[in-house]
This record gives sequence, structure tokens and C-alpha cells, in this order.
Amino acid sequence: MNLAYRDIKHNLLRFVLTNFGLSLLLGIVIMMTGVYGGLIDDALRQARAANADLWVVEAGTNGPFAESSRIPGDTRELVSRVYGVQRAGSVTYQSVQTELNGAPHRLFIIGFEPGRPGGPRQLSAGRDILRDHYEMIVDRSAGLALGQEVPLGTHDHKFSVVGLMQNEVTSSGDPVAYVTLHDAQALQFELAPPASRREQARGGSVETNDQINAVIAKVSPYVPIDETAAALSRWKHLTALTQAQQETLLSKFVIEKARKQQLLIMVLLVIVSAVIIALIIYTMTMDKVRSIATLKFVGAPDRTIIGLIVQQSLSLGITGYVAGLALVFLFRPFFPRRLVFDPESVVAVFAITIVVCLAASTLGIRLALKVDPAEALSAAG
Amino acid sequence: MTEPGRQAVVRVEHLSKHFGAGSARVDALIDINMEVFPGQVVGLMGPSGSGKTTLLNCMACILEPSGGRLTLDGEAVYDEHWLKADLRRLRLDKIGFIFQYPNLLPFLDATDNVAVVLHLAGFGAAAAHTHAVELLDYLEVGHRKHAMPSQLSGGEAQRVAIARALANRPRIILADEPTAPLDSARARIVMDLLRRIAIEQSAAIIVVTHDEMILDRFDHIFRLRDGRLETATGELSLLPVGAG
Ligand SMILES: Nc1ncnc2c1ncn2[C@@H]1O[C@H](COP(=O)(O)OP(=O)(O)OP(=O)(O)O)[C@@H](O)[C@H]1O
Ligand SMILES: [Mg+2]
Repeated sequence: MNLAYRDIKHNLLRFVLTNFGLSLLLGIVIMMTGVYGGLIDDALRQARAANADLWVVEAGTNGPFAESSRIPGDTRELVSRVYGVQRAGSVTYQSVQTELNGAPHRLFIIGFEPGRPGGPRQLSAGRDILRDHYEMIVDRSAGLALGQEVPLGTHDHKFSVVGLMQNEVTSSGDPVAYVTLHDAQALQFELAPPASRREQARGGSVETNDQINAVIAKVSPYVPIDETAAALSRWKHLTALTQAQQETLLSKFVIEKARKQQLLIMVLLVIVSAVIIALIIYTMTMDKVRSIATLKFVGAPDRTIIGLIVQQSLSLGITGYVAGLALVFLFRPFFPRRLVFDPESVVAVFAITIVVCLAASTLGIRLALKVDPAEALSAAG
Repeated sequence: MTEPGRQAVVRVEHLSKHFGAGSARVDALIDINMEVFPGQVVGLMGPSGSGKTTLLNCMACILEPSGGRLTLDGEAVYDEHWLKADLRRLRLDKIGFIFQYPNLLPFLDATDNVAVVLHLAGFGAAAAHTHAVELLDYLEVGHRKHAMPSQLSGGEAQRVAIARALANRPRIILADEPTAPLDSARARIVMDLLRRIAIEQSAAIIVVTHDEMILDRFDHIFRLRDGRLETATGELSLLPVGAG
């Protein structure tokens, strides 16, 4: 005979309502792990999309994502000649604001050299960029259709959408768009601050305009990457980062702040859940004081009483967690950000829930153990 | 009242109990001596505040006496201090208690309110259930075995509570005004039932009551006044029962 279960069944409506509230709370905790997972995944995706072995960036910087990096446009030729480098491609990165269907949109523009490393990884629709100008491949989340025209830059050149990608967004959730390196550099020049633009237009040569953010290199499988990286870093104005270093930088610097915020919110939510569970268990125990006194009176050991409370606390936590998980997956498609769940964090939230339930039940247990069996004799009831 | 050849199931010797200290001290029980034998149903009477509940609770090991000795079913339980570490187990094994109010667990049906005690005593689920149903039948509430306590009438609930008190076949049954919530006809039925149980299970049954209507149902009546036991003739008992 399971007393915990019987008592829950007896007060089923209250249990279900309490459970619903708790599941919302736990659902938010689970969702936060999804948001965080999405954040990391988006950031890393961006770095992985380039499919690089080495990132050649401005000397002394953690570019191109964690810090800005500017290197001359001819760096790619330099890199290509280094021992071990099989292929290399220049890339630029910039955020632009544009107006789409009457609403402002941010796009993360990646300029690349078609046919060289750094281009889009996989298209879900349409084709690759074939012409040198005014074609674009964009993530579906921008809400653009194939063939649609997008005005970019101050001259409002119309870029036509030729290809679509899936799940290519930045860590801040902006859709990624690929254009040719030439178009990207022209945009960069147009959108640069007017003063420097004037400066460049007046005195600067064409080369000053020809700047890129990084060179992406593929290295021969027969040459150690570190060796090639060391060779590249011998140039005073360049630094070479391996893909692994780039990913570490991204997860460390770029999303560090967001991570801390999320962690804080999650810790707060867990504390709130703990307080709520503790209060629920406490009041559930309060309501049962007379039954507990009677049980003790007829001879129930403390083990039985503690079991009753702990089991109720755990069933509250477990069903609340499962309902919360169900809610999250039910509403996942409607969430404005991509949620990515790695099994470990889902399991971790479950483990935390269990620990919180056990901790929260101590309050109820303390109360229950203090109940005097003689209370069963009092007249009320 | 010593009955030769039979050992008392409940033996109380020089038992005292006081509450508080100094000027707030209340002597609820003073030098109580009594014995109850197997098959006996005895009454415990006295004016309000005379110490009936206090004495019953001491015998139920719910309240720690201040001094004296208590022997239950041949086992010394209290001698100036508790001699048993696990009083709840002692209650489970030896004592059935019938409360003034049924005190059923509201979340269990009638059968399980009885079975829970058997369960605590280590019976398997099926055996506990079968025995509980038998007891309810014996108490003539078998037809209400699936009812929740809130659906039972006062008399039915009290009989379920009695079934629970009997479940572990205790040698001692203590009842604090069990007939108070019942009309006199039902009160007599309950008293007859207790008598039958006392004989069939050779148990000692002690019933606290105010009810003069059921006096004839007792083998013996102990009267308390201001914490002291009166003798049968109405004088205060100053000598230990059975001394010599
Ligand atoms: N927990 C306690 N603390 C202090 N005094 C108490 C306590 N319990 C009982 N008393 C006192 O002990 C005396 C005996 O009380 P008890 O409850 O045993 O009386 P009773 O005979 O059962 O009365 P009633 O017929 O009203 O139930 C009373 O004076 C009461 O006030
Ligand atoms: Mg009383």
C-alpha cells in the first residue's frame, strides 16, 4: 500500500494544478538550456560553416568573430604559397541593416570567393552563386524567397536571392547571407564612416579598399596543421588559428556574457523552484498533520512518514519535469530562437530537479517528525 | 480483585504524572495502582479533569509518566523511565486504540484504513487486505469496505476505527470515550462488541467513559478524582492493589 500515491489520488485536482504550475517553471528552466544550446550551436555553426583547417587573421587578434581583424586583400595569394596549404579563400564578415517587405532586418553578410573555401556549406534550395555581382544565398529565417530582390548598401543595389540555407544564423540570431567577395567589399566601402571613406577616395590607392577579414585555408592531410600554422605566423602581420582554437574562442569570448546571464537566470529559476516545491511540500504536510499523528499513534515508524513525504515530493518533481519537457517540445516550433538540447543538459536539469525535491522535502520532513502522536487525540476531526 | 492463576495484561504500580513545575505544577495522576486481566472490560470514570485521558495515554505509551511502573502483557515497559526504545513498535504489537473520534486516514478507503496497520506490522498486501475485509465483516461494516471515510456515517466510521484497533490482535485495547458520538442503542452495540472481543481474543479492554447508561457493561469500574483512584466503596485507594 503506497500512502503517498493514495494521498495524491485523494487530492488529485490540487496535485494536478500544483503540477501544472511547477511544470511551467521547470519548462522555463529546460527552455533556457535549449536557448543556451542554440546560442553555442549557432556560434559554432558559423565557424564550422567555413569548413576551415586554418584561419589566417590580423596579427595579435582573435579574429574574425571574437575580435575584428583586417588584413590586405592579397593575403590569400601569400597563404596559398605556404607549404601544406592546399586551397585558400578570402572572406569578409559584416552586419548590415536592410528593409525587407517594409520591416527592418539585420543580415550577417559573408563575402567569399566562389570556388574557394569559405562559401556556403549546404543549400536547402536554389543554386550556388554563379555571377560575380548581386546574387545572394540567404538563410531561410530571413523569410526571403528564391528570386526575391533585396536592396543592400547606400546605392540600394538589388541582390537577388538564388539559394537558401537552413539553420545558418549568428549567435545573436541574425540570418547569414553569402555574397561574392567583390560585392561584400563594395558594401563595406559604402557603409564605412563617411570621413574615412573620403580619405580613402581622395588619397588611398585601390588596395586600401581591398581589405578582407580572414583567409580560410585547407591544409594537406599529410602536413601537420601546427607546422603550417607556425609557417604562416612567421609573417609579422598575420596570425593563424586552427579550427579548434577558433571554436574555443567563439565559445569563450563571443558567448561568454550571454552564457553568464543565462546561468544566472537558471540559478535563480532553480532557487525559485526549490522555494516553491518546499512550500508545496510543507503545506501538503501541514494538511496531513493529523493523519501523520494517527499513523505514528498506531505504530508507523519515521521511515514510513519520511517515505510518504519524499515520495510525494519526488512525484511532484518528476511529473512536473516531464510535463515541463513536454510543454517545451510542444511550443518549440513557436519559439523565436532556435532551441538546441544536448542530452547532458536535459539530464542535468532532471538531476537538479531531483536534488531540489529532496532538499525541499526536508522542511516538510522536519515538520512531520515533530508531530506528536498525541495530536491524534485532539478533538478536531 | 486479583484473580489467581491469571496474569494481569495491564499492571500499573505507583504511577504518577505531573505537568509543569513550581506554582504551575499540576498533579494529574497520583500513585495510581491498578490491574486489568485478560477477558475483562473495565471502565475508567471520573469528573472532567480528573486524569482519565492522562492515565490512558500513559498506558498507551503516548505520554511519559513522571514515576512508577507500567507492565504491559507481561513486559516491563516503564520503570521510572521508558524501558523500550521503540514505543511505536510496542503500540503496533500490543495496543489497539480507539479514539473518541474515528481518526481514519481521509485518503484511504475503509479497508485500507484497517489494512494499513497490518501493513505496518509486516503483512503482505494480499494478506492484509483479506484480513481487513474479514474484520470489517466481523464488525458488520463489510458492505462499506470501499467507502472513503468522508462517506461513512459516524457509527460506521467508529466501527472501522474499532476494526483498525483490533487488526493486529492486540492484548490491550484502550478506548477514550468511544461511545460519545453514538446514540445509546449504538453505544450498547459497541460495548457488546468490545465484550465479545475481550473474551474471544482474551484481551484487556479499558474504556474511558462519562456514559452512565453503559455502566452495566463493565466488569469493573475505576473511578478517578483529582488524579487519585477511588476504591469501589468510594474511598480513596491509598494501598497498592494486590499488595501482599
Ligand atoms: N499537556 C498538559 N499540560 C498541562 N496540564 C495538563 C496537560 N494534560 C492534562 N493536563 C491537566 O491534567 C489534569 C487531568 O487531565 P485529563 O485530560 O487527564 O482529564 P480527563 O479526566 O481526561 O478530563 P475530561 O473528562 O475533560 O477529558 C487536568 O487538570 C488537566 O488540566
Ligand atoms: Mg479526557
